Amino acid sequence: MLSRVAESLYWIGRYIERAESNARMLDVNLQVTLDFEGEQGEVALQTWSSPLASLQDHQLFESLFPKVSPEAVSEFLTFSEENPNSIVSCVGGARENARMVRDSISSEMWEQINLLHLWLGTEEARALFNGSTIDFYRKVVDGSHQFHGTTDATLTHGEGWNFLQCGKFLERADCASRILDLKYHILLPSGEEVCGNIDTVQWLSVLKSCSGYEAFRKLFPGPVLPWRVAEFILLHDSFPRSIRFCCEQLDAALHRISGCDRAHFANEAERLSGRLCADLNYETIRRVFRAGLHEYLDEIQQRLIRVNNGLQEVYCRWADEAETS
Amino acid sequence: MRGIQAGMEGMLGGYDTGGFYDEMFDGAGGVRPQCQALHDRLAAMSREEFDRKRQLANLTFLNQGVTFTVYSDNRGTERIFPFDLIPRIVAGSEWQHIERGLRQRITALNLFLHDVYHDQRIVKEKILPGEILRSARHFRPEFMGFDVPKGIYIHICGTDLVRGSDGVYYVLEDNARSPSGVSYVLENRHVMKRVFPKLFNRHSVRPVDVYPQELLNLLREVAPANAQAEPMVVLLTPGVFNSAYFEHAYLARAMGIEIVVGADLVVQDERVYMKTTKGLRRVDVIYRRIDDDFLDPQVFRKDSLLGVPGLVNAYRRGNVSLANSIGTGVADDKVVYHFVPEMIRFYMSEEPLLPNVPTYLSHFESDRGYILEHIEKLVIKSANESGGYGMLIGPHASSAECEEFRAAIRKDPRNYVAQPVVELSRCPSWCDGTIEGRHIDLRPYVLAGERTVIVPGGLTRVALRKGSLVVNSSQGGGSKDTWVIEEENHA
Repeated sequence: MLSRVAESLYWIGRYIERAESNARMLDVNLQVTLDFEGEQGEVALQTWSSPLASLQDHQLFESLFPKVSPEAVSEFLTFSEENPNSIVSCVGGARENARMVRDSISSEMWEQINLLHLWLGTEEARALFNGSTIDFYRKVVDGSHQFHGTTDATLTHGEGWNFLQCGKFLERADCASRILDLKYHILLPSGEEVCGNIDTVQWLSVLKSCSGYEAFRKLFPGPVLPWRVAEFILLHDSFPRSIRFCCEQLDAALHRISGCDRAHFANEAERLSGRLCADLNYETIRRVFRAGLHEYLDEIQQRLIRVNNGLQEVYCRWADEAETS
Repeated sequence: MRGIQAGMEGMLGGYDTGGFYDEMFDGAGGVRPQCQALHDRLAAMSREEFDRKRQLANLTFLNQGVTFTVYSDNRGTERIFPFDLIPRIVAGSEWQHIERGLRQRITALNLFLHDVYHDQRIVKEKILPGEILRSARHFRPEFMGFDVPKGIYIHICGTDLVRGSDGVYYVLEDNARSPSGVSYVLENRHVMKRVFPKLFNRHSVRPVDVYPQELLNLLREVAPANAQAEPMVVLLTPGVFNSAYFEHAYLARAMGIEIVVGADLVVQDERVYMKTTKGLRRVDVIYRRIDDDFLDPQVFRKDSLLGVPGLVNAYRRGNVSLANSIGTGVADDKVVYHFVPEMIRFYMSEEPLLPNVPTYLSHFESDRGYILEHIEKLVIKSANESGGYGMLIGPHASSAECEEFRAAIRKDPRNYVAQPVVELSRCPSWCDGTIEGRHIDLRPYVLAGERTVIVPGGLTRVALRKGSLVVNSSQGGGSKDTWVIEEENHA
């Protein structure tokens, strides 16, 4: 497979997942805000600052909008073309990559991406956003699911599919870590009594952002304990949006590309992802909290960046010497 | 002159042939036999039903991304190529004639190219003036004496045919470099089947979907002698921002070959490789959809970022084949076009089956006087422009525009030709709620390999603006599905 094509497929996976993740975060934020309607603005403001903090886009936001408000943050993360991480930009990026590799993806996949892209530009999408924002974000999440479903059902599960999987799971692990880290931003300064009402709602919102509420409830009836939520999102072995699960899938996809067995590594990306998997497999939540949740998540994000660099280095980058020799 | 009112019911009621040759109605207002079934279906259809089908077709094109990029819009807006739902029908016997004529013509053009890059007998025997050859913009003297695999220069040719008021098919021009549009032939058919499934049952429409497979066979056939056992064929595109990118990706997918941009390829030791996730892989044949000028910055345009440094050298060494070959543009120069009937006589000792449109060359002093005097009645074309640019339609032009072209012709007579206005045939077309006649042309696609394959029909382009004779997509043109119908089935 052409290196350029592999890179595009990888980024299609990442962009679609990022759009979905934004939609999830905003959807849940909105619902939390509605729960606290009437109470004073402090909570609401925190709720809406946190997505910005987690995406580290604060500076760009401030250059575009005068102040943090639910409307401004939603606009920034949904429709803003200036923001490369907005839903519109991510879907556009996925579509641009898909256009470049149309011959390597199925027509059905292209149609899914193109439909979502075209729809986001319509009056109808705007009207839905203004009228029923929650349904709007659902539709984006559905669009992503339809794309992944179509991909699994129509694209040969070969090299290209594996690059898409790498992008999808690396991005999903990264987003999950950011959503979890969000609570660090909220909880630390608040001094709110642990397991107070607001706290519980916030942790529930983390679960809902990851579609994890129902799965969590089945495993852990009773009070929602923060450390249990963190453990679930971070270390659960089979929940499809847990960080550990995503890293396992990433590592498996990388090994399928090279054909190397999972007990060994054929390149730097596999070495790093294999090590990350091993650490997560043998981790306990007690140790994570002792080290500091934020610090731990931060390190995971750094390690995912290094896996990303390793992957691009081995499959997508060509030294300049080759160009001129 | 008043046209004949076709006294039909339904949507075709009041249809006016306007005195032009009409593809559906004969001069007496009767329906041509090959069009009867289509005519009856249209006559029985309500406007609402037709409009619904039309919208369904447009939506299909948009959702599938069957679009071209509009350059004038800096946001790179993609538009669908307007599609007219009423097909253009070619009777089987007419098609046989066209096919024979096209085979003859492509054979002559390939013999001509071999000759101009070798002995130039055609110049020595004073059939083609040497100064016209030497001044042809796309003539590549660097390739004199160079042999291409199997002597085939033009592998893929798009020949534009028009039908005059006399009902005769004329060749308007040959596109011998990198003709585009064939994806619309395939896609239009696909959409028609989706929207009008029943019509296909009633007609015996000859299929077009073999094109990608035939093209791939051809490309594999011209692989260099030292190619791999399974030749590696790739399609080289200028990239995603090229107006025909959709077509490039479409064809690559249909053939199951890689679509590459210049940066995906690298030349080492005079061989071409592509950069893959498993390392460098040898490339044997390049179906290039990029002009000679941009192929290799070391040889042609130095500023080209689209090409591959060293590619031409690898080609010269016979380590990679290009389709079409380098230097075919000399054959579709509009001045050289004038000499194609002579080429057919000279190389093949045959009479041309498909006539040229009569052409005056301002290069010749005698013609020049006539052209300058009668410019208001003529179509003036610049020798190397395409897409409906660099062209004047005298009867539709202002006197200032005519003056501008007069000055241009005096300044550079080699680069202009003139032709009488051909009253292109018309075909019923959907025009804002009614069905009216609109002018059309036809571009069949010729694949010239060890055997010549021509997919039945081709791209019918239609000038959707009322009265317009310009069918190019950049000038308000659209397209139609083209049906070649076997006659025995409706006799």
